[in-house]
Amino acid sequence: MFDELRDLYDSVILERGRKPRNGTKLAVFDAEAKGDNPMCGDRVHVFVRHEAGRIAELGFAARGCAVSVAAADLMAEAVSGLSDSEALALGNSFEKMTKTGLGDEQSLATLRPMAGVAAYPSRIKCAMLPWVALAAALAGEGTASSE
Amino acid sequence: MNAMSKSVASRTFDIEAIRADFPILAEKIRGKDLVFLDSGASAQKPVVVMEAMLHAMQHQYANVHRGLHWMSERTTEAYEAARDAAARLMNASDRREIVITHSSTEAFNLVAHSFGRGVLKPGQAVVVSQMEHHANIVPWQMLRDAHGIELRVAPITDAGELDMDGLETLLADGKVGLVSITHMSNVLGTYTPVERIVKLAHAYGAKVMLDGSQAIVHRRVDVQALDVDFYAWTGHKLYGPTGIGILYTKRELQEAMPPFMGGGDMISSVSFEHSSWAEAPHKFEAGTPPILEGIGLRAAIEYVEAIGYDAIAAHESQLTEHALARLSDIEGLTIVGRAQDRGGVISFTMDGAHAHDVATLLDRQGIAVRAGFHCAEPLIRRLGLDSTSRASFGVYTTMGEIDVLADTLERVRGFFG
Repeated sequence: MFDELRDLYDSVILERGRKPRNGTKLAVFDAEAKGDNPMCGDRVHVFVRHEAGRIAELGFAARGCAVSVAAADLMAEAVSGLSDSEALALGNSFEKMTKTGLGDEQSLATLRPMAGVAAYPSRIKCAMLPWVALAAALAGEGTASSE
Repeated sequence: MNAMSKSVASRTFDIEAIRADFPILAEKIRGKDLVFLDSGASAQKPVVVMEAMLHAMQHQYANVHRGLHWMSERTTEAYEAARDAAARLMNASDRREIVITHSSTEAFNLVAHSFGRGVLKPGQAVVVSQMEHHANIVPWQMLRDAHGIELRVAPITDAGELDMDGLETLLADGKVGLVSITHMSNVLGTYTPVERIVKLAHAYGAKVMLDGSQAIVHRRVDVQALDVDFYAWTGHKLYGPTGIGILYTKRELQEAMPPFMGGGDMISSVSFEHSSWAEAPHKFEAGTPPILEGIGLRAAIEYVEAIGYDAIAAHESQLTEHALARLSDIEGLTIVGRAQDRGGVISFTMDGAHAHDVATLLDRQGIAVRAGFHCAEPLIRRLGLDSTSRASFGVYTTMGEIDVLADTLERVRGFFG
């Protein structure tokens, strides 16, 4: 009865939302920020460790819906190895994809399972929460919200 | 329309006839029947409310309280009839005890500002409970920070009931000037023991304000029998329009309370050196009031009165009992709050599925519920939760809709399970 929801709840999102692979706080990190959507209750705390000017590792602690947790988990993989500016540019591409459902760039490959969120405008903020938290972390700010 | 009518013809409780009064309920959501279980956030409107507002705009509209012409006089009568209707609904002894605001949030801010700064003295305290809506928390925090008033928080039990011993402990030192507590939790559906709260608070010299936005939808409120000092509620949850709220204030308290906002309509005379205030309730009603909303709210009140609170409460009780039974049978679903005295607002969580995901899946089946904090973040935190899904009922909710909810939630569990 929920077959039509597979556009949002892609199997990757269901799996990553349930069992994120990168959902741990890093023991060593040099940037971090909390994302908080107080209207709905999603929270994510993002930790970043750089090496030689690039993001070597991203971990997070999240309490939220499948969409926000999966978005954080996929983000952790997508930004690994990127410079800060590359990661922020990817975040912009990702935001466009969440709004249009379109995103053919190679850089978006890992994140493409999230494209279905475009059909659910009230859920775009869930997908964006880890990205605004990452931007805050890289800017040296402590907190962010995508509401 | 007879603006001054005092009585309302009663009708028998016929759920199909009631549903026919709410045309929006016939809407399809993506081809599926709308199952509207979000009345606790805002209720749907019966045709009589729409017609009353439309009639005013088509035939009888001008600004009020400036009655030098026919239209203004007639509109003033129609608008002021809302005050009479609200006074009758709550059994206020005097229509002047009814202040018309733009929301219940404004009512709390009015009391916090006017009673809080004008009557309470620095060093005194205000008590709220752990299960308050933000509208009954934030104005008191602002009062605390601006006026040196202590803010105390009465605990609730794990079942989601007010801890009366805890409340009494907070009152014991005699510093509490006001207890402001919900009559019915917008998250847990708990009815608070308002008679006991008022007696207890008064015994310690404190006034009492009740947040009635949820309760007055389901239960008869008698402010005289309760002996409550302030009682606030919003129009749009009682099948009326948005943009209007009601604040009952005991007559004897109004004199000492300064105005909240300044402007037109609340003065008796103005010069650049000095202005003097109009008498209550107009003292508290600055600016052009919610005229059309008042006309709509009066129609909503009469609609509720015609059905009658006995029938409304019986219907709510039947729905709530059925919903609690059906939802309790769903594996992995936890109903949040288990108060003995509770009504048609039910929050729940589901193992393995966040409230948003639940709400999105339900929405795809045409079922509208709310998910999140429900403007009560401290309560959600107190319960150790991040968010809940909430189904809330109205006079038009059916047993069949509860079954659709429960059946769909079974499938949601399968989807995420």
